[in-house]
Amino acid sequence: MTDKDYELVIGLEVHVQLATATKLFCRCNTKFGQPPNTQTCPVCTGMPGALPVMNKRAFELALRTAVALNCEIPRFTKWDRKQYYYPDLPKGYQISQFDLPMSQNGWLEISDPEDRFAPKRVGITRAHLEEDAGKSMHDEVAGRADSRIDLNRTGTPLLEIVSEPDMRSALEAKAYLTELKLLLSYLDVSDCNMQEGSLRVDANVNLWIHDGDEVIATPIVEVKNMNSFRAVERALTYEAERQQQVWKETKQRLGDVPKQTRGWDDQLQVTKGQRSKEESSDYRYFPDPDLVPVTVSEEQITAAKTSQGELPASLRQRLQDDFEISAYDADVLVNQGRDLVDYFLAAVKVSKDAKKTSNWIQRDVLRTLHEQEATIADFRVTADQLGTFVKSINDGELQSSRATEVFAHMYEHGKSATEAMSDLGIESVDESDVVQLCQTLLNGNPKVVADVQSGKQQAVGALIGQAKKQNPNVDPGRVREICLELISKMS
Amino acid sequence: MSLTDLSACELKSELEQGNASAAEVATAYLDRISTHDEQIGAYLWTDPEHTLQAARAIDERRAQGHPVGCLQGIPVAIKDLICVDGLRTTCASKILSNFRPPYDATVTRRLKSADGVLLGKTNLDEFAMGGSTENSAFRKTHNPWDLKCVPGGSSGGAAACVAATLAPLSIGTDTGGSIRQPAAYCGVVGLKPTYGRVSRYGLIAFASSLDQIGPLAWSVADVALLLEAIAGHDPLDSTSANVPAPAYSDTVGQPLSGLKLGVPQEHLGDGLDPEVAKVTEAAIQVYRDLGADVRPISLPHSKYAIAAYYLIAPSEASSNLARYDGVHYGHRTDESRMLDAWKTERKQHELANDDDAINRMDSPLVRMYRDTRAEGFGAEVKRRIMLGTYALSAGYYDAYYLKALKVRRLIRQDYDRAFEEVDFLVGPVTPTPAFELGAHSGDPLSLYLQDLYTVSANLAGIASVSVPCGFTAAGLPVGLQLQSPPFEEQRLLQAANMYQGSTDWHRRRPALS
Repeated sequence: MTDKDYELVIGLEVHVQLATATKLFCRCNTKFGQPPNTQTCPVCTGMPGALPVMNKRAFELALRTAVALNCEIPRFTKWDRKQYYYPDLPKGYQISQFDLPMSQNGWLEISDPEDRFAPKRVGITRAHLEEDAGKSMHDEVAGRADSRIDLNRTGTPLLEIVSEPDMRSALEAKAYLTELKLLLSYLDVSDCNMQEGSLRVDANVNLWIHDGDEVIATPIVEVKNMNSFRAVERALTYEAERQQQVWKETKQRLGDVPKQTRGWDDQLQVTKGQRSKEESSDYRYFPDPDLVPVTVSEEQITAAKTSQGELPASLRQRLQDDFEISAYDADVLVNQGRDLVDYFLAAVKVSKDAKKTSNWIQRDVLRTLHEQEATIADFRVTADQLGTFVKSINDGELQSSRATEVFAHMYEHGKSATEAMSDLGIESVDESDVVQLCQTLLNGNPKVVADVQSGKQQAVGALIGQAKKQNPNVDPGRVREICLELISKMS
Repeated sequence: MSLTDLSACELKSELEQGNASAAEVATAYLDRISTHDEQIGAYLWTDPEHTLQAARAIDERRAQGHPVGCLQGIPVAIKDLICVDGLRTTCASKILSNFRPPYDATVTRRLKSADGVLLGKTNLDEFAMGGSTENSAFRKTHNPWDLKCVPGGSSGGAAACVAATLAPLSIGTDTGGSIRQPAAYCGVVGLKPTYGRVSRYGLIAFASSLDQIGPLAWSVADVALLLEAIAGHDPLDSTSANVPAPAYSDTVGQPLSGLKLGVPQEHLGDGLDPEVAKVTEAAIQVYRDLGADVRPISLPHSKYAIAAYYLIAPSEASSNLARYDGVHYGHRTDESRMLDAWKTERKQHELANDDDAINRMDSPLVRMYRDTRAEGFGAEVKRRIMLGTYALSAGYYDAYYLKALKVRRLIRQDYDRAFEEVDFLVGPVTPTPAFELGAHSGDPLSLYLQDLYTVSANLAGIASVSVPCGFTAAGLPVGLQLQSPPFEEQRLLQAANMYQGSTDWHRRRPALS
């Protein structure tokens, strides 16, 4: 079977913790990493008689996201109970949204700067709000199979974003997740920290087998336990191959077998079937009688649009239009997040050179941030300082040959370009001084002059080293130019 | 004249004027409880020390000239379905037999700030499921008018304690008639306020869309006083209505003129005991004599009310009671015994090489759930959990739950239409007077039919009050039900008070040995 015989079909379910200070239905803190069961109250521990009250801020953040995902916002939405038993679900049900979600039918555009796939819109089936469950910790120390429950996370607001099965490769899936995460960070609705579980991804995957004129869908498999975007990419690539193999062996079509759930094993780099109960789960959804339905006004939707700020797609376009930087460069800057774009914009105001500023950011700033595992907010070189630095190069106050050294000094010591140059003894050299220095060198090196005159221009290189020794601030390029000029006048 | 002979309103003025102290009143009631409650069984527990301490604190504040809340230190009994911080709240269920909530219900908090003194927690049908209080896991409650009879339910303890003068004021809850039916059986006044009138925060849910907390007392005026203390919007309950709660006790004595009453014809048909019918008709005549325009009215969908109620209430209950799983609080099955049994069973299957049986076995966690709930819940609660679970299951939801919701809307429309024509509806509370303990034990459905005239008010969310209106030949009380449009408690209580102004049924007391 060749690659053209099948299509990989992927839909993604993303759970995003919304960055509210308090939980979805009570006023408990949502801070991560606190001692177990210290951020709980009668409501989120499911005490008898306690009642939920919706956190309006959570709804606002959800609305802002849904609007940015181009979703339709129904004017009426409600809460439903999804019922199942699990120790980290203290009420025996999760408050979620079933048949009337707060948003639906949106899309997110994805593209690849390296053009490995054509730009496309991935449909968003729905995005709905729900409460998170707690955490079970299975402690098997000293042979005791002991399970402990931490309810700190219980009731944290989650936005579940369900995509259409519109992605056709692991690469597209990764691009979707990257763009979604970027959008969420621009919207300032979530910290999207996968390690802390603020962003969780499940995938639904199957194949469309092309058999002559017929297209046969294979059974859908749900893949869980993917703890990074890289894991998603690898798990989906693995599934594509595995499902092809299964198709060859079994010829099972969609509907022939119940939906399977598989977990990604990051150690072994394989997906493994998870034990599924014989009976399919029936969550017995019904409207939560403790909560009133939510009506959404035109004003709220307008407010959500206003609050979303400039989003990545339009920002990329603006950087290209206003600053004449390439699509690729715009992509790199925007994909680093709003803070970096703001840094860039502030630096350009000072440097007046977008291209060079962008280059310095992409090369030296990002490399340093990466090495230090820091963010732009913590970066020691301010945007103003970077702008002045780039301007110094353009104005000839700082030679390009020493710029990297100056930049490193600025970063290491938190100094401005001027301070760094002064610390390093860099000062601009008068043109006449350089000319004089060159003349002296030429006078002392007749062989070089002769070599150049006989056509060996590179011979002048020997003088550059000498010039630098005499005055470290001279620009080697300039020395070369002046020497050649002087020699040409000599003949 | 003893302090316990006074109505709550009379006690209030005695306390205000310093003719009696809250501690004296509490002591008087605690004494009566210790003398008489053994035969009645109204209370699940009292805590005399706690009660007296609270009463003394109020007396002290009054002595120091500090302001005292509107209840002035009057004792109040609370149905054991409502949370009191740190004190046992059991729902009359084994599954919560040792449960102490870490918080106060809003009603509890309001009673405390109104300076009501908690006298004890009253008995009920387990999780308020029942109409006789026989479903309590802990004790039987007897009707003070005839100890062979039930007090009704589920607020049986709440009604019986008032009837037996073991509390001047009492808080109950009403999901399908659970305040009004026991009030009628015990010959006291019981009000089910409009849904949303009183906060449900801290009321342990049976059926969230139907549950409502309400007051019970001998007189309508006393009920008005207690309602005033507990009513009003609560930001902790999303379903509580943001509608101002008037000072009910200020207006309760003012008669209404030009009263128009409707008598639902559907409440006078088959199943209504002839004696109850006769007493009810006499009561309606009192209103005619007071100048009311009384006319027949139709609530055409009321015949579907019981069916709709017994789908909606159990559906919600099946979900609300899911949290009692032995994990976080309440009863948990004996784990080591459970695990031993589980291991033994597994070993047997292994020895028999029965892989199927091994696969079919519950995990120890699921076994813990099953055993805990099997041990912790009584038969009626299990019955309703199963009913509700079934009704909400995939494939049945539309036919049962959704259809019941449609019926519910039609019932509400019936009321809306009726209230365009009349101010209040008047009729019987129950088809029969109190029955003997055990009379319905083999036939739960026949007991469900006792809710025939009461469930509609819960389905429609309207206010409804039961007022004592006479006795059967055997000496059992009969109640008259008055129903009003939503949030019309003020006028409803005025209308009910007019009846008590012309009759003295509410002054009769059962003879207790």
